[in-house]
Amino acid sequence: MQQLESLTREASTLARGGYPTIPILSANEAEVGRQMTVCNSCRYCEGYCAVFPAMTRRLEFNKADINYLANLCHNCGACLHACQYAPPHEFAINVPQAMAKVRLETYTDYAWPPALGALYKRNGLALSLALVVGLALFLALAASGQGSLLQGATGASFYAVFPHNLMVSLFAPIFLFALLALGLGVRRFWHDVTPGAASAAAVGDAADKVLRLKFLGGGHGAGCNNADDAFSVARRRCHHLTFYGFMLCFAATSVATLYHYLFGWEAPYAFGSLPKLLGISGGVALLLGTAGLFVLNLRRHPLQGDAAQKPMDRGFIALLFLTAASGLMLMLARATPALTLVLCLHLGTVMALFLTLPYGKFAHGIFRSAALLKWAIEKRQPNPLQLGDD
Amino acid sequence: MVDVLVIGGGNAALCAALMAREAGASVLLIEASPREWRGGNSQHTRNLRCMHDAPQDVLIDAYSEEEYWQDLLKVTGGITDEKLARLAIRASSSCRDWMRRHGVHFQPPLSGALHVARTNAFFMGGGKALVNAYFRSAEQLGVEVRYDTPVVSVELDGDRFVAVHTAKGERIAAKSCVLAAGGFESNREWLREAWGQNARGEWPSDNFLIRGTRFNEGVLLKHMIAAGADAIGDPTQAHMVAIDARAPLYDGGICTRIDCVSLGVVVNREGDRFYDEGEDFWPKRYAIWGRLVAQQPGQIAYSITDQKAIGRFMPPVFPGTVANTLPELARLLGLPEQAFVQTVQDYNAACRPGNFDHTALDDCRTAGLAPAKTHWARPIDTAPFYGYALRPGVTFTYLGLKVDERAAVHFGGRPSPNLFVAGEMMAGNVLGQGYTAGVGMAIGTAFGRIAGTQAALAAKKVHHATA
Repeated sequence: MQQLESLTREASTLARGGYPTIPILSANEAEVGRQMTVCNSCRYCEGYCAVFPAMTRRLEFNKADINYLANLCHNCGACLHACQYAPPHEFAINVPQAMAKVRLETYTDYAWPPALGALYKRNGLALSLALVVGLALFLALAASGQGSLLQGATGASFYAVFPHNLMVSLFAPIFLFALLALGLGVRRFWHDVTPGAASAAAVGDAADKVLRLKFLGGGHGAGCNNADDAFSVARRRCHHLTFYGFMLCFAATSVATLYHYLFGWEAPYAFGSLPKLLGISGGVALLLGTAGLFVLNLRRHPLQGDAAQKPMDRGFIALLFLTAASGLMLMLARATPALTLVLCLHLGTVMALFLTLPYGKFAHGIFRSAALLKWAIEKRQPNPLQLGDD
Repeated sequence: MVDVLVIGGGNAALCAALMAREAGASVLLIEASPREWRGGNSQHTRNLRCMHDAPQDVLIDAYSEEEYWQDLLKVTGGITDEKLARLAIRASSSCRDWMRRHGVHFQPPLSGALHVARTNAFFMGGGKALVNAYFRSAEQLGVEVRYDTPVVSVELDGDRFVAVHTAKGERIAAKSCVLAAGGFESNREWLREAWGQNARGEWPSDNFLIRGTRFNEGVLLKHMIAAGADAIGDPTQAHMVAIDARAPLYDGGICTRIDCVSLGVVVNREGDRFYDEGEDFWPKRYAIWGRLVAQQPGQIAYSITDQKAIGRFMPPVFPGTVANTLPELARLLGLPEQAFVQTVQDYNAACRPGNFDHTALDDCRTAGLAPAKTHWARPIDTAPFYGYALRPGVTFTYLGLKVDERAAVHFGGRPSPNLFVAGEMMAGNVLGQGYTAGVGMAIGTAFGRIAGTQAALAAKKVHHATA
């Protein structure tokens, strides 16, 4: 119905011939628009997160608004359990689910190059294929280089299996492409949500919200919902372990790169060395965090979020877990005949992770950070509405 | 046998169950609705009116017992019980720490509700979040909860509670009992009987919408009154507001309100105005408009505004009827075109120039018009024009059981030793008519807690007597 109305509105605008085309809403976007209209006349959830205060600054919701609000939503679930209009009520309000469905469209629509946006739709398959490609590539390279996959490399050096330059020439372009693709996608999103100029205070505010995952705190700090209406900090903590674990691993690689090129110190590094300390702590944190997120994802309330996206969520979690686990195994397997196999497993997994970075769950961090920055800017602007009290 | 049986699953019932359990009693709570509809009307509430002598977390300034009492006296027109009212008022000053211990979170007023920043503490997430928190706490403390268990009758031995009989035919005995099963607002038959037939031959209540739960059929209330319990209140008195005529029959809750009444005019089915739309700020007047609309032919009215009102009132849940001319609007709304246009023209001509300010009691008023519009009167002359059909929306009824400060049910003026009542089933002791935001939850919390404590005490006495 809403869709029909927006179509009619667009047609009449076109007929009048003045105004530029209003983008037509997708079914999922129209559903968010419908739900936000109900929420805007209730507003009980204003204290939980930024979505509802952002909503109250609007009377109508256009395509950009809807994509902005959808990415501002952290799927914490608080508003679903608190909602007097949630199913079985005929208004059927389920904001976390409606927002999740639009988020997938945001990622798809803003993917660069656009054709690859389709990878989000069958993301479980995309991740599996990437993993197979990554593993096959390294197994083939190892087999052709060494003749056998079970032969321990001499001197326990990875570079004896895969020369350093080979690894750099494989990973650097893929990683740089991932950055470019994500950057171009989010740039277009940023342009469409027309945020205005970011002050230092707004940037700091947004960074704080991102790094502390403020909106998984439920507004009261007791946490978000998972299996039921009880609040828990488990998801926030597991996400912290995952995110900061990932960053520590990334730091380990970066430090090792500096060691290699700046000082000419070649891997392997000693147990007490900086890359090792960063890598081990990061790997363990990533392992614990992703295991926790996986269990939480399995136990999530069936109405909370979009069930169709579970393969994408779980695939990304599994890939991160596999990356951490194979990385730690590699350390343990160094002096054993399993080294080559474990190395192939690790490098293949990391390859798959990098390949799918711009076309999988990883995108949520980028688009959500952009939405949080938009909110930090917007809330510092005067409210355009002067509504009377209810 | 369980010590305390609590009938109902809303705020008052949960407060009673929690207090009884904390006092050491074993507690069984039975709720008529399935789990997903639990919480009665409490799931639609949003705040608690709180007395406080100094700023407290989410409450600013002070709101003294006396001021609270005077507010209550004013809205009820004196149809209240001072002793019980003051009991609830005082309890509201100290109950929030207890509420927080059971998982309720408070927050500053929502946007659009700043006028109650001083007097009302808002539940984060609203009443359903509060109900959820209480149910979680109750279950953690070992209160047994059964859903889908409507009660059909209460077994009494004189003025003493013995047992209840459920719709499924089960007999549940308990040492004491708290009745907290709500009013009768969703019992269409009873509403019809109470409101009767008007001079036009209409049954006005047939056109009422129920803002709250569909499960408040008043079965227990009716049963208790028939069993000789002392009643209080007028069955036609209720919290009743004017809501969007397209609202669902039940559970429309807060979002079906129409907040543009004071910015335009309201006409009835004949196209005539019938009351001063600008008498006072809308939050202070919305609770009288339900009855005003109920008195109009067909129990329907139409709030009419123009483009100037857009962005000055809380967004309604359904879009208004829009037209570029007044005759077109009349046609779309099904109003007599000539009479309607005449009404608006008369009103427009009567508007005196002034400085419009929707945030203050401004000086824009009509002259020589009956009924007058005393504030925010500006001509309705800027297209597009908007119309919203209004119906009376009943939140809850005030007819209840008479209580004392122990929340005991009375029979012929004598309190029962082990039967107590809380919430909407007795709110009429304090609220004879009228309403002010957050008072229902204040009464429910105060008397729910008293009833729970008293029921636990009564159960102990039975225990000692039989031991």
